[in-house]
Amino acid sequence: MTLITLHLNEPDIKLYKLDRCYQCKACSAGCPFANVMDYLPHQIVRKTQLGLIDEILKSRSIWYCASCETCYTRCPQGVDIPGLIDFLKILAWRKGKETKQTGHLLFNRIFMDEIRRWGRQYEMSFLLRFKFTMRDFWGDLKLGIRLILKRKLSFLPPANSSIGEIRNIFRRTGWNN
Amino acid sequence: MEQLKYAYYPGCTRETTGLEYDASLREVFRVLEIDLQEIPGWNCCGASSGHATDYWLSHGLAGRNLALAEKMNMDIAVACPACFLRLKSTLHEFKYNPVLSQELPDIINIPYSGRYGVHHILEILGSLQEDVLKTKVKRPLSGLRVVAYYGCYLIRPPELTGFDDPENPQIMDNLLEKLGADVSDWRGKVSCCGGSQSFTLRNEVIRLVSSITEAAREVEAAAIVTACPLCQVNLETRQNIKEPIPIFYFTELMGIAFGIPSGNWLRRHLINPYRVISKYI
Repeated sequence: MTLITLHLNEPDIKLYKLDRCYQCKACSAGCPFANVMDYLPHQIVRKTQLGLIDEILKSRSIWYCASCETCYTRCPQGVDIPGLIDFLKILAWRKGKETKQTGHLLFNRIFMDEIRRWGRQYEMSFLLRFKFTMRDFWGDLKLGIRLILKRKLSFLPPANSSIGEIRNIFRRTGWNN
Repeated sequence: MEQLKYAYYPGCTRETTGLEYDASLREVFRVLEIDLQEIPGWNCCGASSGHATDYWLSHGLAGRNLALAEKMNMDIAVACPACFLRLKSTLHEFKYNPVLSQELPDIINIPYSGRYGVHHILEILGSLQEDVLKTKVKRPLSGLRVVAYYGCYLIRPPELTGFDDPENPQIMDNLLEKLGADVSDWRGKVSCCGGSQSFTLRNEVIRLVSSITEAAREVEAAAIVTACPLCQVNLETRQNIKEPIPIFYFTELMGIAFGIPSGNWLRRHLINPYRVISKYI
């Protein structure tokens, strides 16, 4: 039901069933990235209820969410926390510089751009663009060489005869660049 | 599930990091005489960045694949759990959100009605009758101690994935047992390996992967078995231990038990698999 909120600047708390949350913290207890989050999942829900969206967007937490769906699966009240976090990520993308900048926005931007260019993921190009923009030249160099030697990273882009149709999906949804 | 042909959605890892998976599953389907027909002109489903980028774009990318498969008049068989969840999620939105069901055909410019199902490969192979498998198993994996690793998107969220218990799934355990393997219960089967953060939060991912390999070691497993190309590559590349544990796709073990030549895919592993598998091939 993410649809309706797209026209809003704040999430409608009813859509993700946020009003049902009674702060049992089962979400935060099971979150694999809780130890590096500044606001834990139950706190993100509470802050959203209180309308403190800007505070969340200035934090790292939403970007540290791996969308593993553990919180949603375990929530006794069925609160869709990953759905809320996706919405907050989309909002952060639109607000740009006012929000916390991590490598994740860039990761998503390059990832989607590779799909627009090739129709499928071109891992070699994606990784090189991401690593160079992040200036992380050495961190995974050895791993990259191992993958190339095993022929698990291709130098050639994926072929897709229907690339025009795929670019049209980007165009029709307003993603021309 | 009586249908014996599927529109096959391989996903982008097919020719790169997940090539062992595609190579082995095609062989397994061939032996089982289930027809897999690749969806012509399929595109990336957008996982894992699409749904955090734009609602319409992400459903448009996944929806185009659904519509192409509908033209083939078949249910879809998906190899990668991340793609599986994206396709399932778009199918669900299409059915229950009237605004999307109205707009989607225009966005993708292909007619679509949502009348065919989306299945993961594990769901299809895990629900085969025992006697069908029995006739195919030529070299039982007796004495091979393994653990079945499910990760996230095969089982979560259960109202979308829906074919097994989200906290204690059994389908892969049962399948591996039918191949003759010694399958252990363990605490790591539904823990997230952090695959989507492998390049953005590397140290945290190494911590998550270590806790999964430690859990496998606790029950003295010689290998971890997965049904996800993102988990497989993440678990093989982010292990930070002296004697790394090889990670197999369940279809590789099926192929080996069926007596299919496995050299083509086994030699592409980053962690040497022969130490644990050579006596079965």
